[in-house]
Amino acid sequence: MSDALHTQSAHALRERVAKGETSAVEIARAALDTIHTRDAAVGAFLHVDGEGALAQAAQVDRARAAGEALGPLAGVPIAMKDNLCVRGIPATCASKILEGWIAPYDATVVERLRAAGAVIVGKTNMDEFAMGSSNETSAYKLVHNPWDLSRAPGGSSGGSAASVAAGMAPLSLGSDTGGSVRQPAAFCGLVALKPTYGRVSRYGLIAFASSLDQIGPFARDVRDCAIVSEVISGRDPRDATSVDTVETLAGTYTRELERDVKGLRVGVVRASLAEGCEPGVVLAIERSIDTLRSLGCEIVDVTLPTAEHAVSAYYIVAPAECSSNLARFDGMRFGPRVESASLEETYGKTRALFGKEVRRRIMLGTYVLSAGYYDAFYAQAQKARTLISRDYAAAFERCDVVLTPTAPSVAFGLGAKTKNPLEMYLADIFTLPPSLAGLPAISVPCGLSEGLPVGLQLTAKAFDEATLFRVASAFERATDHHTHRASMFAAGGAA
Amino acid sequence: MSHTQYEAVIGLEVHAQLATKTKMFCGCSTSYGAAPNTQICPVCLGLPGALPVPNRQAIALAVRAGLSLGCTLRKSSRFARKNYYYPDLSKGYQISQFDLPLNEKGSLEITTSAGTKRVNLTRIHVEEDAAKNLHGVGAGTDTLVDFNRAGTPLIEIVGEPELRSAEEAEAYLKALRDILMFAGVNDGNLEEGSFRCDANVSIRPVGQEKFGTRCELKNINSFKFVRKAIDYEIARQEAIVSSGGTIFQETRTWSSTQEKTLSLRSKEEAQDYRYFADPDLPPLVVDDAWLAEIRTTVPEPIAARRERWQRELGLTAYDAQVLSAHPRIAEYFEAATSSLETQRAGKLAKDNLAKAGAGKRVANFMQAEALRVVTTNGLEASFPCSAERLAGLLALVEDETINGKIAKDVFADMIATGKAPADIVSSKGLAQVKDTSAIEGTVREVIAKHPKELASFKAGKTNLKGFFVGRVMGALKGANPALVNEVLDRVLAEP
Repeated sequence: MSDALHTQSAHALRERVAKGETSAVEIARAALDTIHTRDAAVGAFLHVDGEGALAQAAQVDRARAAGEALGPLAGVPIAMKDNLCVRGIPATCASKILEGWIAPYDATVVERLRAAGAVIVGKTNMDEFAMGSSNETSAYKLVHNPWDLSRAPGGSSGGSAASVAAGMAPLSLGSDTGGSVRQPAAFCGLVALKPTYGRVSRYGLIAFASSLDQIGPFARDVRDCAIVSEVISGRDPRDATSVDTVETLAGTYTRELERDVKGLRVGVVRASLAEGCEPGVVLAIERSIDTLRSLGCEIVDVTLPTAEHAVSAYYIVAPAECSSNLARFDGMRFGPRVESASLEETYGKTRALFGKEVRRRIMLGTYVLSAGYYDAFYAQAQKARTLISRDYAAAFERCDVVLTPTAPSVAFGLGAKTKNPLEMYLADIFTLPPSLAGLPAISVPCGLSEGLPVGLQLTAKAFDEATLFRVASAFERATDHHTHRASMFAAGGAA
Repeated sequence: MSHTQYEAVIGLEVHAQLATKTKMFCGCSTSYGAAPNTQICPVCLGLPGALPVPNRQAIALAVRAGLSLGCTLRKSSRFARKNYYYPDLSKGYQISQFDLPLNEKGSLEITTSAGTKRVNLTRIHVEEDAAKNLHGVGAGTDTLVDFNRAGTPLIEIVGEPELRSAEEAEAYLKALRDILMFAGVNDGNLEEGSFRCDANVSIRPVGQEKFGTRCELKNINSFKFVRKAIDYEIARQEAIVSSGGTIFQETRTWSSTQEKTLSLRSKEEAQDYRYFADPDLPPLVVDDAWLAEIRTTVPEPIAARRERWQRELGLTAYDAQVLSAHPRIAEYFEAATSSLETQRAGKLAKDNLAKAGAGKRVANFMQAEALRVVTTNGLEASFPCSAERLAGLLALVEDETINGKIAKDVFADMIATGKAPADIVSSKGLAQVKDTSAIEGTVREVIAKHPKELASFKAGKTNLKGFFVGRVMGALKGANPALVNEVLDRVLAEP
């Protein structure tokens, strides 16, 4: 069973394809079969593109047969969050307002993945327009955490996380605005990277909050995460906020994977372990700190004094931007239109297709940008962002990476926090500060609590993802946390 | 009761399309008149996931506009979103500039019947145009939207409220259009909407410093309408105020069919645009190197050029005005003048007036003959022959190969056949006889054939000289009339 294709890592599958041991089509079939047998219980996918996946896989096989050079993800199945545009298949953002819309173009990350030989198997469920921390705001269906189907997978990229944790794909892409890849990675026992703002092109990512959104991958180990991160990163002339100077980062992450971490300074934010954290999370983090110390890291205490304002600042900036970004969903050019007597009414009824949480944030954002309130809210929030960035700058004078839990708890039960938005917002308390500062952060599995995964978040200086992969890889080699799987992972399925 | 005198206070806002080949934030063509919705892409359609990337040429032209109008350039400006809903606005917001515009201050000089006056500018900022709603097309009452215009690059030139009459407003617009056209920034095409104007009009008692309540006039897109609309509006406001009424702040539109301004919306209905810095676009930085490069592309200002023509080439103010009616005509005039100078170099080098003479000769000929057959379209113009050929024709007049009357015929032939002037002259035998001895021979022959007339002439009938001139000219088929006269006088004076 352990040899079943759906349990293999991306780099192992690519190796098999390269050696001719397994065809890309066989791998794609195994992934599609696994989705077919398991997704009814999990709800990770909104759209499965069997035909497209098999066609892409066949193309990889033909390329191999023709002796062409194979890309770093040749024949590797990957699932895409439903806010990423993949030409010819739906992109709904898990919202009724985009029901039936077929993306007419490929996002830059999709182009890059295709060029690397990856096989896109489908579109994953998410919180509507990426607004949520449990995937429960999806307009279509719930996602169940493969570790415990009664629990949430985290959000907003819950479907992307669940698909990888359940063995339906070795890799997936999500998007992270305030923690939307890191928190579900923690809840589902996966590795996920939120790259530096500007490192990965946002072209073709349906925007939530443009100044925070970054596309990030999910994988079951650090190497896979590094490989796919290299593929999707690099300068893109179609995104003006793409700030990389080089077009490709090939090799720059993977070469860090074998390095040791002796003398590397790890800054621990003690306050993050003091309040609001579940004891099991604190314990796992304390043990992780010990592991890193035993590997030769120098553990130092750092503080992020203004990080306490991160939640407030985030819930001003992100809704403000979303209120403007989502204005284009007006039923005029694409998506459903609820035709009414007047233009105003048509707008109103069409936009009522947005779900409750999306509407809440649009209202909030519209309010904070309004004349007379802008200075009190939006301008203040931007100042808080600057201060948080300064906190990190000060911390990075004393350390190379900052360590916190990824989330204050393990996966909570479905429905447990839907009544209280504020409580839900606090699920992102540790992932928000790096987002507001535009910094790269990785979440890696660091143990179990009550049988559920705990995530460790490491944050680095802007554009220093390499150090994150170096530390994460050393930590992974020294522990076996990443080998723990959801019970449904290996069992049954399509093997 | 004394009759209160009012004065008008007028400030104009001009939207001028930047003369680029492609749109402000995407690569779509800006050409006018294409079939609806054929010049569109995900970016200008505002499709989910699409991102704007600034057009460097548009920015360069906007900087050039600022340099041509004496503005202060802001080296780091920002794009901002202006949020409102309308079917012609693809994203639900317009990308414009708000608190940090590209250009500030600046001024231009206007000339009216009262003399010249300098009018200050507030700012010139960059923005994108909206699409075009086409009402009542398709099935009767439908409104369809043509997105070809969506995303066309514009500058908005905001003038200070320093204009005091409709005449001044019209002069301001003409001067501004001239400057922008001659800087190659805008094609000055009012009919196609690439130069549009809104006017803020208020009145106040003469001597009062405080401004009255203003009304904004829209849809005044011809010089004639501007004048009529402002005159109407001033009269309307005076009538209200002098009968004890109050002016309410509102937006009004000019109806060219009713020849009056009509209320569009009141201040209470005005939108809160919720401006904020566009997170998709980093600060717009014009560094010193780029600025220096743009500076080299700024042509000599048209006012300076007109002065120079009068000073150096001996043109009248009227000549200068006519020959600068269009940038291509001005270029043609200068090219023809410099070509004529080159062609006759050496021949008339000793003549101190030579330089002035060439310009004046070209100016006269262009006004009398050439301009009639020049057609202009936007920034383009088509000429019947090259400036060098025109100069070649005038060079033939200068060296007395042909006279001015023959030159007109040759020019007509040049237009009709496309042949070079010298070829036409030689193939048609139009060259004047300049050889004095040949002329003298003919003169003597003619006199010998007409002894009676000679006798009458000698007897005092001196008006018979015309008879001899006519016969000689006829016999010579093209001779310099002055030379003929001179030789005839000498021979007739012989005893």
